[in-house]
Amino acid sequence: MEWSFLLVQALSGLASASSLFVIASGLTIVFGVTRIVNFAHGSFYMLGAYLAVTIVPWLLEFDRSPTLFFVGVLASALVVGLLGVAMEMLLLRRIYRVPELFQLLATFGVVLIVQDLVQLAWGPMDIPGPRAPGLRHGVTILDQRFPAYELFLIVVGPAVLALLWLLMHRTRFGVLIRAATQDREMVGALGVNQAMLFTGTLFLGAALAGLGGALQIPRISANAHMDLSVITEAFVVTVIGGMGSVPGAFIAALLIGLLQAFGVLIFPKITLVLVFLLMAAVLVVKPWGLLGRPEAAAGRAVLPEGILDPGRMDWAGKVLAVVALAVMLALPLIDAYAVKVGTEVLIFALAAVSLNFLVGNGGIVSFGHAAYFGLGAYGAGLLVVKAGLPMEPALIAAPIAGGLAAALFGFFVVRLSGIYLAMLTMAFAQIAYAVVFQWVEVTGGDNGLVGVWPSHWAASREVYHYLTAVLTLAAIVFLRRVIHAPFGATLRAARDSAQRADAIGIDVRMHRWLGFTLAGAAAGLAGGLYAFSKGSIDPTLLGIPMSVDFLSMILLGGIQSVLGPVAGAAAFHSLKDFFLPLTDHWRLLLGLSIIAMVLVFPRGLAGAFASLRRRPA
Amino acid sequence: MTLLAVEGLTKRFGGVLAAKSVSFALDEGEMLAIIGPNGAGKSTTFNMVGGQLRPDGGSVMLAGKDVTGLPSRALCRMGVGRTFQVAQTFLSFSVLGNVQMALLAHHGQTRQLLSDAAVMHRDAALALLDRVGMAAQAGRPIGELAYGDVKRVELAIALAAAPRLLLMDEPTAGMAPSERTALMALVAGIARAERIGVLFTEHDMDAVFAHADRILVLVRGEIIARGSPEEVRADPEVQRVYLGHSGTRAAGRARRPVHG
Ligand SMILES: Nc1ncnc2c1ncn2[C@@H]1O[C@H](COP(=O)(O)OP(=O)(O)O)[C@@H](O)[C@H]1O
Ligand SMILES: [Mg+2]
Repeated sequence: MEWSFLLVQALSGLASASSLFVIASGLTIVFGVTRIVNFAHGSFYMLGAYLAVTIVPWLLEFDRSPTLFFVGVLASALVVGLLGVAMEMLLLRRIYRVPELFQLLATFGVVLIVQDLVQLAWGPMDIPGPRAPGLRHGVTILDQRFPAYELFLIVVGPAVLALLWLLMHRTRFGVLIRAATQDREMVGALGVNQAMLFTGTLFLGAALAGLGGALQIPRISANAHMDLSVITEAFVVTVIGGMGSVPGAFIAALLIGLLQAFGVLIFPKITLVLVFLLMAAVLVVKPWGLLGRPEAAAGRAVLPEGILDPGRMDWAGKVLAVVALAVMLALPLIDAYAVKVGTEVLIFALAAVSLNFLVGNGGIVSFGHAAYFGLGAYGAGLLVVKAGLPMEPALIAAPIAGGLAAALFGFFVVRLSGIYLAMLTMAFAQIAYAVVFQWVEVTGGDNGLVGVWPSHWAASREVYHYLTAVLTLAAIVFLRRVIHAPFGATLRAARDSAQRADAIGIDVRMHRWLGFTLAGAAAGLAGGLYAFSKGSIDPTLLGIPMSVDFLSMILLGGIQSVLGPVAGAAAFHSLKDFFLPLTDHWRLLLGLSIIAMVLVFPRGLAGAFASLRRRPA
Repeated sequence: MTLLAVEGLTKRFGGVLAAKSVSFALDEGEMLAIIGPNGAGKSTTFNMVGGQLRPDGGSVMLAGKDVTGLPSRALCRMGVGRTFQVAQTFLSFSVLGNVQMALLAHHGQTRQLLSDAAVMHRDAALALLDRVGMAAQAGRPIGELAYGDVKRVELAIALAAAPRLLLMDEPTAGMAPSERTALMALVAGIARAERIGVLFTEHDMDAVFAHADRILVLVRGEIIARGSPEEVRADPEVQRVYLGHSGTRAAGRARRPVHG
């Protein structure tokens, strides 16, 4: 390998690092001030790119000058900044005080809405952007050609860092941002100015994301997957750098950019695994990231959002459970379609209950639960398709696969809490997704694998439905039992006060890790059953949208209830199955519904049921 | 017999030396008070003894064993119970449930998956609540209690692990004066009956001079005086730096019960 080649590799690493930093800096600033992790940051990035591929070519028609190119890029960033302002005023303002899970879900609702709106406005095709006038040539560096535009990008990152530094230290707005990031109490004392500060911060953050997106157009076409792919990378950068720290984001972006550039040379297939290892190593040594600071404990203890007292099942609950069970068992009397939906509802009910075991019972807000569901499905599917094993051992392997993955990821996850934990679970899920996606020889990549059929005796839809019913209901009853058992109570206790739990002799991390593993195993079983019900597996089973579906189910069902998520899964999946074929705008609908649920209906179906019954007759 | 021996404990937070070579010893059944102004380093010292903070230097010996830097959960198993300056309880549990949880942990049953937690250790938990005078409230959510009552429940939680040493950081902070006296009398009674050593900090001088066997005076991370209440009260340095006029009066008012 020649030195010149290594140099070029390093330069392209720096160019990616630079772009990544511009985006991540906005995310981390917004988090620092508002304490909201804005999923829609990736949507702002995507909008920046789409706006730029529209505005810039239009401007270049007047004059193909570098100036107009950059005017177009900046204009796109400004428009995105204004969209950020709109999001702050319409949505974020209303959710600063709600629990983190709801904030994350609400901003994810925006992601879904933007995805559909972008498709409406720009169509489904990728849109290539113009090259930058004046920077279209290559530069020769030690015999190697290197694109001039990439050299320019390398400069952008440090330039943005310098401008942000000036803003933070030389303007009143910047000083307020820093103060708010360091001291929560201070924000409250700002009074009227608080709204201005928050709105201004969203403008800045969104504009940075838009700038990041607009700058990409000579390199990549504007496309509909940009949002989720970049948000994962931006999450990883902010988590490694320390949330709220701009210099931390810069260092982390550099590390990741260079790691990817050189990692490709050594392990071409698994650069993502390298990123994962870096993140894991940093988090073990510095749980709050390189330059982050631990979140000061809230002064006044508040009642947690989740399962308070699991209680006994009262007569109404019992009646409801018996009716639901009878309906599930009677579905084969209706038609094949009902059986199909019923089987899926059972599977999702198990996934949702296992997720709420973490979220509602343990206060562990996992944003990547689909990883364990999907890995369970792949564990089972691969055994059948690649190893030629029958269904029975494959269904045993599914919870083992989900549980092992959860044990591995959980080892790191349980070191964190709150928002850091949520972001880490999501990042891990994306890594699992990427591995499945990229490892084409084994997993079939994007297309997945077909031929995951049940054994002969369970081949009919009806028999498979009953098999699913037995396994999922047994698992749900078991999880419910665990919630009532000392182990479940211990997870609730650790959620309520980790300090008190520690002081009475509980190893909080270890219990959370066991809980995470158990929930992963249950999700894995659900995934295995799902694989056989479909006959195929593909990477969407591990994707963020799947994780969000699970979260929507528990939100709809009510995270403060043990069995509410079953109702949530039934309602959510039936609605999705009904509406999906009828509309091209399922995501828009889902996004709006999630936001509506967070704003007006945060206690879910179980909460509505409980308050209906509490009302005097 | 010496239960707790602390030698040269030091902790620095950035530029602040919160504890500077703090040394003291505590016997079984003894009540030792740490007094000092706000920010003196009392909580820091507590947290180093209780395993919430790792000291930068020095050692903590519990009944002859070096326990320096052990986490709180390990200390709990060795017989150290504690209450916090801001009460820490399990808010989603009932009063009874809080104590049951502590008993489950004490008996190492927290990993059981199938038994029913709600019925385990009920009687033992009720008995503990009875000792702190909270049995009548057992069924209520702990979040509904008055703060003074929460502190009592916290004491019951700490007692569930049958501790040899109790660490109580400002046990009566946020309580009405009459409640304070009652709680300290309760703690003193339990400590003497069961020969539990109690290390506590307290701002209420009446409570300190009424119940402490010995007193340490901590100022800016350093112990500036130590001794029996009479000795500390008489110490001119303490009067000047800390007690001031009102403290001296409180010290004079208090009549320590004779014991032991
Ligand atoms: N976690 C911490 N980080 C930084 N400084 C701390 C921390 N805890 C305490 N301090 C500082 O250490 C000193 C002693 O605090 P503390 O032990 O809480 O005092 P006390 O309990 O006597 O009021 C104070 O100056 C306080 O600001
Ligand atoms: Mg204190």
